Formats: sequence, C-alpha cells, structure tokens
Amino acid sequence: MSQASPTRILDDQYLTVRAKLIEVAAVLDRLDRAAGQASAVSGQSGVGSGQGSAGAIDDLDQEPKRAAIEQAIQILLRGTVDPGERTEAIQRLLSRRYAQDWRQSFGV
Amino acid sequence: MDYIDPHIHMVSRITDDYATLARMGCVAVSEPAFWAGFDRGSADGFRDYFRQLTEVEPKRAAQYGIQHYCWLCINAKEAENVSLSRDVIKMIPEFLDAPGVLGIGEIGLNKNTKNEVIVFLEHLDLAAKYDQPILIHTPHLEDKYQGTRMILDMLDSDSRLQRSRVLVDHVEEHTIGEVLDRGYWAGMTLYPVTKCTPQRAADMIEKYGPERLMANSAGDWGPSKPTAIPDLIFELRRRGHDEALIRRVVYENPISFFRNSRNFVFHDRAEIASRRQV
Repeated sequence: MSQASPTRILDDQYLTVRAKLIEVAAVLDRLDRAAGQASAVSGQSGVGSGQGSAGAIDDLDQEPKRAAIEQAIQILLRGTVDPGERTEAIQRLLSRRYAQDWRQSFGV
Repeated sequence: MDYIDPHIHMVSRITDDYATLARMGCVAVSEPAFWAGFDRGSADGFRDYFRQLTEVEPKRAAQYGIQHYCWLCINAKEAENVSLSRDVIKMIPEFLDAPGVLGIGEIGLNKNTKNEVIVFLEHLDLAAKYDQPILIHTPHLEDKYQGTRMILDMLDSDSRLQRSRVLVDHVEEHTIGEVLDRGYWAGMTLYPVTKCTPQRAADMIEKYGPERLMANSAGDWGPSKPTAIPDLIFELRRRGHDEALIRRVVYENPISFFRNSRNFVFHDRAEIASRRQV
C-alpha cells in the first residue's frame, strides 16, 4: 500500500538513517571506551592481588542490554527474519515473554 | 484537514494548546482518565478529577470550537491499591450519564501484576453492567507485548463485551496485528521514545489498512506533542496517500467508534455553521 518507490524512500530517508547509524556506532564506541577505562582501573587495583583485569569487558559482553542490542543489529542485517518484518522482530526481541498460563499463576 | 484526537490528556495542557489544536484542524478530543503523576489518596480526589473532566474541560475546549469527550476509570498505575480502586469503581456510575462521557477508560495494565489484573477485571465488569464502551491502555516498552496478550485474553473471555466497542490503545508493530485480527479497534499513539513516531504509524497504516485503526497524541504532562496527529497527516500526504484514506483514520474512524456511546453527540463544521446562520 506504500505510494512511494524504493528509490524515493531511500532518497528521502538516507540522511536520517545515516545519522541514526552513526548515533548507534557512537554509543557502542562510548561503551567500549568506558569498559576499557574500567578494565584499566581494575588492572591497576588488581596488581599484586592476583585478580585478573579483563573482568569489565567480559561483564559488558554478558550484560543483557548489550546482548539485546547486538541481537537487534543482527536482525537489521536480515539474518533471521523475513523481508519487511524487522521492526516487529526487534519489538519482540525487546519484550518480556508471554506465558499462556498466566491466569493460573495469578490465580484469577 | 479536520481531525479528532481520540486520546489526549487536556487537563495537563495549557489553554494555548487548545488554541493551537483548533488552528491545526482539531474539531474534537476524547480524554481518558489517567495517572496524575502522583498517586491520589482518596476516592474524593477522583470525584474532583471526574468533575474536571466532565464539567471544566468541555467548557475550556468549547472556547476554541473543540468538542470535548471523556472516559472514566482509575488507571493501572494506581491499581496496586485495590481498596481505593474499588471505591473509585463504585463511584463511577454517578458520572456515566453526564454529557460527553463515552465509557470506561483508559483501563489496562502497567507492569502486568496480579492487582492490576484484579482491578482491570472489575472495570470490565462495570463496563458490561452499564453497557459502556471501553478504552484500553497497554503497557510500555518491554511490558507491552506480554501485557497486551494478557489484556486480549481477559477481553476474549468475557462474552458480555462486544469487540467493536473496545479500543486497544498504544499498539505498536508487535501488537497491532493481534488486536485487529481479534476484531478490536486499535489506536496508535504518537509519543516520543516510549511509543510510536508518525513515520512508523504511517508504515502500520500502509501494512494493515485503515479499518478499525486510529491515531492519537496522548498529549499529557510528560514529554509529548499534542499536535502529533497533524504530523501524521503531513507524513501520509508526503507519501502520496489520498485524502480519503487520511480522513478515515484521523476523523471518520474516531466518530464511528465513539458512536458506540449513547452520550456521543457530535456536530461537524457544516452543522455548526448552519446553526450560526439560523
């Protein structure tokens, strides 16, 4: 039902998408820098204590929000969803699960 | 283009907003009862709020030629206080015959808790007993999908309710299909960060068509834009959609849905102009 051609949509939206992609890249870089700094601090404080210094970066990789962002980026690349279904797939990825037996759990 | 905002919280907006809405083509608004930004302490606090919705706001809106309608309830955020919720539900029938009261709303879930469910079910019972249409709030962000499914489960299991008299609001890409497939009306809320942009709403109109679909601003006391519907109109025009499709979503569909209420008395511009000439 879209009235516009793919070329027109791309022309219209290119700068907007470009800006949003750069914004996402900047946030990920910021996260990396913050993790690197935390790691350096952790390494200094760990000298002589026998503690490793890679904990901060490892922790970030295991952080659920970071993992969700990575998975969402994979969906953008259309690795796992049908064409035209990326938005709904990302919405579902970022949603709590629905359990059909919720009424029994609540006793209502 | 004339349009109707079926979900906007004008008690939280300044009078200049009414003037701006009127200049942008808004001819009517419907205002669901909602959370004031703090938990109210007594049923009398809600009684005053319902008087504001039924007596004060219609007059404020009328100064700018806007027809004001409303919906009554205690919202999901305050539903954790079940005792207070029951007091408010018991008091609501006092207002159901007031002019412009369209039904029960915006009821729903917020964090999908047991108490929210209990209060939601009691609101459904109230709506059924008093033959009222229903306007439903669905949760935000990661709670939306789960909460919307739970709400649909409860609606589907109450055989007294007619699906054509229920509007499920704040739908997004992962909830709109199920709401429409099950025969309910769906509302897309154009609201920064937590809901939907005009561009994504236009995408959903293109994907699902205009049947039983509306758009609203949900303008309130938070970061929100009361003129978001004109933004959607602009986006649809920019994409080349015809005026009939746009008018259906932003004007005719709200009127069709509101006609489910016996308190809905609407005058279009032509009627108002002809009355002035008499």
